[in-house]
Amino acid sequence: MSGSRRVTVTAGLLLLLSMAGSIAVVRRLDQVRSGATLEEVLYISSPKLLKRMSLGYEGLLADIYWTRAVQYFGNRLIVRASHYNLLAPLLEITTGLDPHLLVAYQFGANFLAPSPPNGAGVPDKAIQLVEFGIQNNPDDWHLYYELGFVYYLELKDYAKAADAFDRGSKVPHAHPFLKILAAEMAQHAGDIQMARALWTTTYQTTQDKQIRANAVAHLRALQVDQDVTILEQMVGLYREQTGHWPSAMADLVTAGMLRALPRDPTGRPYRLAVEGRVEVEAPDDIPFIEKGTPPGYQPPPPKHLESQP
Amino acid sequence: MSARIVAIAANTFREAVRDRVLYNLIAFALLLSGAAILVGQISIDIERLVVVNLGLTTVSLFGVVIAIFIGIGLVSKEIEKRTLYTVLSRPVRRWEFIVGKFFGLAGTLVVNAFFMAIGVLAALLYVAHAYHKPDGWILVAVYFIILQFLIICSLTLLFSCFSSPLLSAVFAFSLFVIGSFGDDLRGFAAMAHGLTGLLATAAAYLVPNLSPLNVISSVAHEQPVASQLIVYNTAYALLYAGVALCGAVLIFERRNLK
Repeated sequence: MSGSRRVTVTAGLLLLLSMAGSIAVVRRLDQVRSGATLEEVLYISSPKLLKRMSLGYEGLLADIYWTRAVQYFGNRLIVRASHYNLLAPLLEITTGLDPHLLVAYQFGANFLAPSPPNGAGVPDKAIQLVEFGIQNNPDDWHLYYELGFVYYLELKDYAKAADAFDRGSKVPHAHPFLKILAAEMAQHAGDIQMARALWTTTYQTTQDKQIRANAVAHLRALQVDQDVTILEQMVGLYREQTGHWPSAMADLVTAGMLRALPRDPTGRPYRLAVEGRVEVEAPDDIPFIEKGTPPGYQPPPPKHLESQP
Repeated sequence: MSARIVAIAANTFREAVRDRVLYNLIAFALLLSGAAILVGQISIDIERLVVVNLGLTTVSLFGVVIAIFIGIGLVSKEIEKRTLYTVLSRPVRRWEFIVGKFFGLAGTLVVNAFFMAIGVLAALLYVAHAYHKPDGWILVAVYFIILQFLIICSLTLLFSCFSSPLLSAVFAFSLFVIGSFGDDLRGFAAMAHGLTGLLATAAAYLVPNLSPLNVISSVAHEQPVASQLIVYNTAYALLYAGVALCGAVLIFERRNLK
């Protein structure tokens, strides 16, 4: 082997080995520094200062911070974290850098408002975020819709929810459903039908797969909650009439109270548990349900949601 | 280390000093002493923070700029002036020339960083009147900055082997900027799926990961640096510089110099 060829082979081998080694070290570094990075980036928490430091490239910086917020939320959600302390500051920086980044308000409000482990459990921060969005994007009806949504679902403040929908309905090119929502809110606030109407509107007014999947999951959960309520009422009625609990759902069919065995949105039949409780067969497959789960049930980490109802 | 490599490294260092590279130390001293006096007068209780942040950031940026602007000409200038032929006509192998140039440039930057670190510590003593235990982490931050220089040196040398000085500078500076967002880049790659995810992951590992080497903010906030981080950062910088250096040797070895 000539000298030059020997050098080439040695350098090539060393290059490959060093590359493999550097990748392995980066992976170890990521483990050592998990979580530290975001705390470090928040040492500068003033959007105004960051805007000046970005030398005019605040749009790009806002995109980076938005991605950091999404990653932070996703990572915390997977481990079903009990707090999301860095989420609000990250969103504040993102929207401070680019006040017209609408996705940050739409998704951000949905990240901040729900109680842990599904969200940060800070609806007041979600409202603050969306109000800031409205202030900077007064002609976007989606933001009023998000605001009404948070007031309705998380704070149960129906008057403010109706007001938000009403404000949104007056925006040029607003979705016509906002007017209906504002009116319906005054009459049927707190009804399961109202919640269903909201999630249906969410599904119909977006093309985003993840928002749609989230809406579908909530619609399914609402269906289960409603089914379980009705079925448990029937079971109670059966007991009143016969003096004992039904042994299975089939007893309700035999008694003529049901036409067929009831099934949940996944197609599985509802199960009758002790003392007239109705449960779904696989609660892990139906996220966000509040009824129909076994006592002490702990939901699993979220998985990929289907985007079809 | 071969005597030939040492000779080339020493010559590179001497040349950089002759090019008045170390004059940047004067600018650095003026900037730091000015900032230390000014901030002490116009602000409350952030003197230490500003001196450490400004000082270490300047050490890093000055070093990177020097690394890029000297590194890009290391090979091309020698070809242009035809001095390379004189060197290679002697019993010096091409890879020894590249490795020697790398050590020469790295040595220049280490000396530069050493003097600047003394400047930072002096400014810190001026504003804080005494050193405290957490100030020791500043030395770790300086060490990480030197590791960063090794990576940038090796990359500029790599580009210098096949590209024009201007393009080499653009490539090296772009990689420095991209590498500073290394964590985010790997985060984006983790979120992508399929072929895009695969390509993004490959790109994320290929570009230098400079984020862990930047502990300036945490050191300024008197946060300790994990010993594991020191070990892994050292290993990473040496391995990555090795990758770029091997790449430079491979290219230079096969380059037609006629």
